This record gives sequence, structure tokens and C-alpha cells, in this order.
Amino acid sequence: MMGKKNWKVTFLLILGSILIFFPLYLTITIAFKTPQEMSGNLLTLPESWSLSNFLTAIEVTNFFRAFTNSAIVTIITVVLVLLTHSLVAYAIARNMHKKFYKFLYFYFISAMFIPFPIIMLPIVKQTSMLGMDNLIGLAFLNVVMQLAFNVFVYVGFLKSIPIQLEEAAHIDGATTWQVFWKIIFPIMKPMHATVAILTALFAWNDFMLPLVILGDTNQYTLPLVQYAFQGQFSTDYNLAFASYLMAMLPMIIIYIFAQKWIIGGVMRGSLK
Amino acid sequence: MEHQAKLPTTLKEVGGGLEVFLIKNDKGESILAKKNRTYLLMVIPAFVIFFSFHTFPALLGIFYSFTDYKGYGTWDFVGFSNYLNVFKDGRALNAYGFTFQFAITATILVNIVSLLIALGLNANIKLRKTLRAVYFLPFILSVLVVGYIFKFIFTHLLPDLGGALGIEFLSTNILGNPDLAWIGVVILAVWQSAAFNTLLYLAGLSTIDNELYEAADIDGAGAWSKFWRITFPLIAPFFTINMVVAMKNFLMAFDQVMALTGGGPGQATESISLLIYRGGFEGGEFAYQSANAVIYFIVIVLISVIQLRVLERREEK
Repeated sequence: MMGKKNWKVTFLLILGSILIFFPLYLTITIAFKTPQEMSGNLLTLPESWSLSNFLTAIEVTNFFRAFTNSAIVTIITVVLVLLTHSLVAYAIARNMHKKFYKFLYFYFISAMFIPFPIIMLPIVKQTSMLGMDNLIGLAFLNVVMQLAFNVFVYVGFLKSIPIQLEEAAHIDGATTWQVFWKIIFPIMKPMHATVAILTALFAWNDFMLPLVILGDTNQYTLPLVQYAFQGQFSTDYNLAFASYLMAMLPMIIIYIFAQKWIIGGVMRGSLK
Repeated sequence: MEHQAKLPTTLKEVGGGLEVFLIKNDKGESILAKKNRTYLLMVIPAFVIFFSFHTFPALLGIFYSFTDYKGYGTWDFVGFSNYLNVFKDGRALNAYGFTFQFAITATILVNIVSLLIALGLNANIKLRKTLRAVYFLPFILSVLVVGYIFKFIFTHLLPDLGGALGIEFLSTNILGNPDLAWIGVVILAVWQSAAFNTLLYLAGLSTIDNELYEAADIDGAGAWSKFWRITFPLIAPFFTINMVVAMKNFLMAFDQVMALTGGGPGQATESISLLIYRGGFEGGEFAYQSANAVIYFIVIVLISVIQLRVLERREEK
């Protein structure tokens, strides 16, 4: 953009970003402090940058197990979502002129307005009855819960892709499956990025669904572990904040390296 | 099947070149019929799974809301008595009161804050990309974990600071005050949700043609009138979406409350979701909370529809 830079607004925005950084600054400094330092000024930097709080937190909360659980759920959810939701959306988008598919479209996306609590109590009974009260079951339910939104964005995107390309492939003798996997799926790459980002963030940070679905504490995901340890954490803030920081760190690291891509992906989804 | 019978007309409409779909394969079915079968295969499993794990439990919840089911054991039909009881239940009414108070306040504040940030980020500023990344950061963080951090700020940091600086209203923990605890939940919600709303507003602002402002400059319009006459009308659809989505999300608040106050002090900040969770799982009120959830669902749909109507009428003006 040309013209004079607006320094006043730049300054105000930098000032405002302090509000964003402050809770993170506090988390990092407290995570490195000792309990003795907590009685002094809470805003100072720690006296030493010792990792001992982190090591204790890793051991006490079994961080790597929770991390693995979160990673398993997130990866399975994202892979299944990308493969299946794009397929469903494709079949719907190409048949919107038919009553059944139109009904299906509105049936799926109306779920966006159904609050989770209305299905919460029955779904818990259902999943435990089917032996799905575990990480795989949780990933499966994530896929079901995300269907509404993802079908909405995928269909919106597919409407903008000209149909001629597929027709040419059909005339060359390709089956509908081949058309989808070889032509449509690759074309949808920008939308896959959007869907993958939003789904991964949801699966990684979700608290309510894991809370009601997971029975075994060995399968707790990162947010759930923070919840489960509140009793212990409320007496040892340094341990707590080390644990919080580690729970947030994987996403923060990914964000630092991929922020342009993440913001672009989310923005693309919002314009649909 | 219906669509096969319609085939010839469709082809005539489309014109030549597609007759290939009428060629039959060795099983005697046309390529188009096969294509249609493939499309069905693509959606039927999703339909069945979605029905079994989303629609069916919802229907089951509605069914149980007319019974006295505790979540285990036997049950009888009780008609509408669960529904009537929700309206007489002080705890439920309190939850609705808190949830509305919180959701309305947070929706308004989030939209003001994020619109201001978006306008700032859209201006001709230095470090635009970096600042945009900073303001979007809260979106990627777990609401629960951020909630625990804010809880520490409210219960320890602010009172300490208030005490040290002699500022009266800071020196007590607002989360411990039944009249003020909801404000803490609002602050947390605004801090976190402004990120996404800002991005939506930025997307909206990016669609506005700069020439409009240049023309307004020539007419001598001030910043204030430029905002109300150009910017705001043009981003009105984004304003509508932001208001509806934010309101819906805040009405469903759970993580924020769970982390900050656990619904307390007492039940001062118990949201509807939290009440359904507690009553349903810990209180043996499966059927009763199912009725509550049905009412909650109707309320959310009604509010979303009313919002859309009102805001879209505004847009048209």
C-alpha cells in the first residue's frame, strides 16, 4: 500500500498487543519460578531459568502420555475428516438439483445449530454401550460433530469449480471414484488446508467431548489432564503453569512457523 | 429410480456430447446409472453414521425428556412435567439468567473490540502482518487452559496489584464475588473470541474498494462519516455473521465457566451447558436435564433466527 504510514494506529495496536502477550508472559515466567519467588512481585522475571518445574510436571501429569493421546485423536480426526467429508460434500455438490441430496445438505448443516448438550447425555450411554468410550471412539465422534461445518465449506468451494473438467474425464472413461480421487480431491487442496486447520484446532483443544466420553484416565488428552490435576495445581502454581505452558506449546510452535498459512486458511473458510 | 426416467429430457437440455452416458456396460446399465449409484455410495454411509450418532441421540434425549429416567434403572412417562418443572426451578432459571447476561454482554463487547482491532489492522500501518498474527494468537489456544491462567490473574495477581497500589476495586478477587464473577467470564471470553471475529471483519474490510474512500475524501467526508456511510454498510453481512456466531457460541459456554469459576461462587455463574452436564451426570437428572436441553435448543434456534431476521433487515436498508 502506498502513502504515509499511520503511526498513531500502529502505536495503539502495539500497545493493545500487550494485553495479548501479558497472560503468556505470566505463564512463562511463573513456569520457571520457584514457590518462594511467588511471594514476591509476580511480574518480575524468574531468578533462574531452571527446567525443574517442567521435569516435575512431565512426571506428575505423565505429559508424554497425554501428548500422545491428544496427537492420536487429532491425527485420526483430521485424516478421516479430510477423506470422508470432502467425498460426501462432492456427492452433494454435484447432485444439488436432486431432492434427496438437497435434503441431505440441509439435514447435515442444520446440525450446526444443535447444541451439544441435547445429545450429550444419550451419546455417553450409547458410546459406552458400544465400547467406544476411548480415543478411537472420541476421534470417531469428532468426525461426526464436525461434519456439518465441513460439508458447508466444502460444498461452497465445490460450487466454484467448473464441472467441464470432470465431464471430460468421464468421457475418457474414468469412473466417478477416479474422477474424485484423481481430479477433485487434489483441486480441493486449499479447502483441505482450511478444514484441516480448524479440525485440528478443535480436536486438540476440545474439552467437553473428551470429558464426557473418555472413561480411562490413561487416555486423557492434554486439556483433560489440566482439569484432572486442578486439585494438585491449586497448591503449586509453578507446577501448574509449567504444565499449562507445555499443553499450549505444541500449537504455539506450529503457529509461529505456519501463522501465515493458518490465518489464510481460516480466512478462506470464513469467506465461503 | 425417478432420475433415470427423467434422463432423456435432461440430456436434451444439456445438448449434445453427453450421449456417452447412455452407452451401456456389460451388465446392461448406463454409465449415468452407475454414476448415480456411486454418488449414493458416497453419501449413504455418512448419512447412516450421522443419523446414528447425532440425530438418534438427539431424538433419544427428546424421548427421555418425557419420562422420569434417572440414567439407569426403570422409567415411566411423565408427560410435560419435566418441562414445567424447569420453569419453576430456581437453579435452572438462574442458569438461563447468567447465560443470557453473559452472552449478550460478551457478544456486544467482542464485536466492538474486534471491529476496532480489524479497522486498525486494515489501516496503513507498520508491522501489519506481525500484528495480525499477534491478535489472532488467542484463537489457537485451549479455552480451558487460558481460563486457568486468567483464574490466577483474577484471584492472585490483580488483588495483589490492587493491594500494592491501593486501588480499592482491584484489591478483591472478583471471581469470589457472586455479583461480579460473571464479569470475569466476560473478560476471558472477549480476550479469546476477539481473535476470530477480528479475522472475519478483516476479511470483510478487504472486500471494500479503496476508490470509495478516495471519492469520499474528495467530497470532504470525515473519518466518522466514512465509517458509517461506507465501511459499516459494506461489512454488514460480516457484522450479521459475527453477531449470530458469537451469540450462539457464548450461549453454549462451558469451558470458560468450568475453568474460571466452576459455576460459582455458589451457582452464580453456572451456565446452561454446565447445569445440564452436572445435573445429568452427577445429579441423576437424566430426563429432567434432557427436557432442559430441549428448551435450551429451542432458545438457541429462536435467538439465531430472530437475530438473522433483524440484522438482515438492517442490511437491506
